[in-house]
Amino acid sequence: MTPTSGTPEALSAPLVVEFPFTRSLGPVQSAFLTGLRERTVLGVRTADGRVLVPPVEYDPVTAEEIRDLAEVGTTGTVTTWAWNPAPRRDQPLDTPFAWVLVRLDGADTALLHVLDAAGPDAVRAGMRVRVRWARERTGAITDIACFEPYEGGEASEPVPHTGEFADPVTGITTPARLDYTYAPGRAQSRYLAALAERRTVGERCPSCRKVYVPPRGACPTCGVATRDQVEVGPDGTVTTFCIVNIKAKNLDIEVPYVYAHIALDGADLALHARIGGIPYDQVRMGLRVRPVWRDGSRFPDHYRPTGEPDADYDSYKGLV
Amino acid sequence: MSSAAGTTKEPVAIVGIGQTRHVAARRDVSIAGLVREAAQRALQDAELTWQDIDAVVIGKAPDFFEGVMMPELYLADALGAVGKPLLRVHTAGSVGGSTALVAADLVAARVHRTVLTLAFEKQSESNAMWGLSLPVPFQQPLLAGAGGFFAPHVRAYMRRTGAPATVGSLVAYKDRRNALKNPYAHLHEHDLTLEKVQASPMLWDPVRYSETCPSSDGACAMVLTDRAGARRAPRPAAWVHGGAMRSEPTLFAGKDFVSPQAGKDCAAAVYRQAGITDPRREIDAVEMYVPFSWYEPMWLENLGFAAPGEGWKLTESGVTELDGDLPVNPSGGVLSANPIGASGMIRFAEAALQVRGQAGEHQVPGARRALGHAYGGGSQFFSMWVVGADAPGA
Repeated sequence: MTPTSGTPEALSAPLVVEFPFTRSLGPVQSAFLTGLRERTVLGVRTADGRVLVPPVEYDPVTAEEIRDLAEVGTTGTVTTWAWNPAPRRDQPLDTPFAWVLVRLDGADTALLHVLDAAGPDAVRAGMRVRVRWARERTGAITDIACFEPYEGGEASEPVPHTGEFADPVTGITTPARLDYTYAPGRAQSRYLAALAERRTVGERCPSCRKVYVPPRGACPTCGVATRDQVEVGPDGTVTTFCIVNIKAKNLDIEVPYVYAHIALDGADLALHARIGGIPYDQVRMGLRVRPVWRDGSRFPDHYRPTGEPDADYDSYKGLV
Repeated sequence: MSSAAGTTKEPVAIVGIGQTRHVAARRDVSIAGLVREAAQRALQDAELTWQDIDAVVIGKAPDFFEGVMMPELYLADALGAVGKPLLRVHTAGSVGGSTALVAADLVAARVHRTVLTLAFEKQSESNAMWGLSLPVPFQQPLLAGAGGFFAPHVRAYMRRTGAPATVGSLVAYKDRRNALKNPYAHLHEHDLTLEKVQASPMLWDPVRYSETCPSSDGACAMVLTDRAGARRAPRPAAWVHGGAMRSEPTLFAGKDFVSPQAGKDCAAAVYRQAGITDPRREIDAVEMYVPFSWYEPMWLENLGFAAPGEGWKLTESGVTELDGDLPVNPSGGVLSANPIGASGMIRFAEAALQVRGQAGEHQVPGARRALGHAYGGGSQFFSMWVVGADAPGA
């Protein structure tokens, strides 16, 4: 293996992906969630006479649209369960609990929720439970705070329900959050280590000889590992660009500004960066530029003109 | 080649097509309700029921776009798929096209006789821009937004070809006028003029506001079947004469963003299957994926309708108008409706509507063969089909 100039420790960092997705509910879920707000649990009746809780919009057997809602009991029977000894962030209870499937009285299917129980010895399939309503209800599955043990027999038959309530809930927000650990790999770690010294180091493909900046550790065209490190730049050529006139929410840059593709000298593909130090309407393809660093920044803040004559189009058109 | 293919593969017919009316926000329906609406319309067009469907193939935008990770799980009952095979296809913005091609292959291979295929997007409940710009550690944030990703490539096209700056506005004006004839299109801008397009704000110079696609909610569905199914169909079928997909990396040394190699290879493959040697003469209508207006002249070259550097001349001379001799996006295209996950399938479906003679007010008179085109990612996934009014080999 070709020795590399000091392989720094591979980097890693948390990556949190979080977004409040919204959902329009449609008629059936709207009735179900509004019902929970009003302490009413609704199911839907299928063509073969079963009552599904939670309700669905389309019959799983016939595929037909189903809209016959029915109110079921707020007491039910645990059909199966799993003990959760260590609740995690955003789970319904912050003390150990059982995940349970509960068949509510009058329903033919079971609802997934949680059971507040003293310990796994206090839970069994077939045990009777009842809904514990949340104090503040908004039209969400969490309007059922949890289930709790209940001594009592099975309640009555499901009762037809119009699904109509005052001020129905028609949409909900469903925040999604994923916690990753992101590791950029050895090639990018080397690249970042060099950038910390304000040097740009790419890697050459042993097969096609192209220099990749930033390096990915492999050539995407040849499918072989890239090993040889090649310092490129610091100067480069603007191959193409656009003038950004709308302010991005997450960026603290005044518009208009130029977003450019820059082929650093010695690199075989362009990287993307902002151009400064020149009025935005004077930037052009072929402009020669050089990085401008700001203390504490991992990447060049922007690139500014070097003052050299523009590069000839033929010299960079293969990189556009 | 084509006769040998005719004996080994089952000819594939499109006998049902359904779309929702694409709009900014469909707050009245769930995602299940939205896809169901398109699927029901496709079944009605084919005069079939859920029981007649042997398998379902679904496509959607990348998961982060709307936070639906497993549409195949969530939508099985809404799509009558219980007890049937249900597949999900995933190729970024080209997904609607590749989803239709997977469905077509299932019929061509005689795995299934009648397949329902559909694609959807509810942009109103999501944020595509957020989904495209996750804050990945150690990486420089994208400084520009979606249009900013594509605008430099438009400038590169203008430099390479010498195209005048007005060409983009001509495409936008044409597509938005075509959309007035398409009841399913999202944008119906009755008062739009060419002057208004040209005076609209420059967002990512050289791309103007009126030259960019809208953000839409919508779904599209098709019923694909074999020869026996086509014989029973109540309305004329469209026949698949060729279908192909090609991929390449997003960024690599030598990548040509103006005319990607994967796009050229995909077009060559689909023409070869269809026996087409001169697409400009042999294809009557094109539905291509044009999210920013300048992509029309760029794709005209990439798809072989014009020599390199000449695409903008077809646009400028009116060839791609609805009454030109190569109408492009008679439906109004992506510029007039963009439920991203469905947009590729809408192109495929609109191509099929043209050769079935079912395109209504935006029908190209006498269209016998049409191209449907989709692309996605950083111009890295391509999918296309050529459909015809006659069964292949007939």
